[in-house]
Amino acid sequence: MSNLVKTAAIASAVTAALAAHTTTAAQAAEKEKCYGISLAGENDCAAGAGTTCAGTSTVDYQGNAWTLVDKGTCTEIDLPGDRTGSLEPLDRDLPQA
Amino acid sequence: MSVRQDSFRAAVLDPLAAVPEGLKDGQGRPAGRRFSVYRNNVVAGLITAIETSFPATAKLLGPEEFLSVASLYVRKFPPDTPMMMYYGASFPAFLQQQMRLDHLPQVADLARLEQTRREAYHASDAAPADPGELAGLAPEALANMRFDLAPALRLLRSDWPVHAIWAFHMTDDAPPPGQEAQNVLITRPAFDPEMAVIDTPTCAFLSALQSGATLAEAESAADAPFDLTAALGLLLQGQAIHQIIPGDIL
Repeated sequence: MSNLVKTAAIASAVTAALAAHTTTAAQAAEKEKCYGISLAGENDCAAGAGTTCAGTSTVDYQGNAWTLVDKGTCTEIDLPGDRTGSLEPLDRDLPQA
Repeated sequence: MSVRQDSFRAAVLDPLAAVPEGLKDGQGRPAGRRFSVYRNNVVAGLITAIETSFPATAKLLGPEEFLSVASLYVRKFPPDTPMMMYYGASFPAFLQQQMRLDHLPQVADLARLEQTRREAYHASDAAPADPGELAGLAPEALANMRFDLAPALRLLRSDWPVHAIWAFHMTDDAPPPGQEAQNVLITRPAFDPEMAVIDTPTCAFLSALQSGATLAEAESAADAPFDLTAALGLLLQGQAIHQIIPGDIL
């Protein structure tokens, strides 16, 4: 492939990738951290050993444990009682010290 | 009489070693079986750390085989830093060398994938560049530009369907893995590592980009036709382009 043809091919690939990205970015639901909705031991984390995040919540709907949810849905999630999810850590349902 | 640290360490890691001489309990009596309890807890704790960090590998091996090979590993390679998030980096290579695991030749690559995911998880943050910067560049400038890629970006080459094996053990409803070799691109667009299966030319292209090649050079490094648009799309989607370094127009 001549340099000129190659340059044109690269330019059109970049343009196509940008166009596709703009479309998917508009459609894809971004995730957000949602506090106070996880069941005990089921909060999210992919960190492995030596960290204190994954599966460490000890009570259901623990206020300072989070789960990733689709952006904009956190505060809408149905929970028992008058609880709602929150984008900030909560001080309800904390484990007994 | 006191106990030297090296003899204590050797005895902790060898289940058959005698209790180090001079080790006393709180009453000044020989430590005896109290030491065995401690020795057992050290090894059990390290095995749990390995299992937490390599969950798919543990499932592929099965509980008995995992326990047996992990206890060999933790005794031979105890942590060399107190930060357990780094522990187990040499576990994949250790698995590779175990002749007893010759019937599971894919296990070392599966462990490598899990280790690579950990590295991606703990890599530094890097804000993604605005893709709009690309739109304004002339074709020659695009061909000669370089990317400063996010530190979380990782490439794993494998002769095994390593992503499918991982998914089979780690996600619900995943189909049993096939035969086809898979290379994996790991990015971290938000909080957690995301994986994408890529073909070998795409892997060579991304690897060249990662080591600082221009877009045109990296495209040649691929050495076989591949979908350049899709490859760039994966980088954009993975928020993996930290900086765009425009090339000179020759």
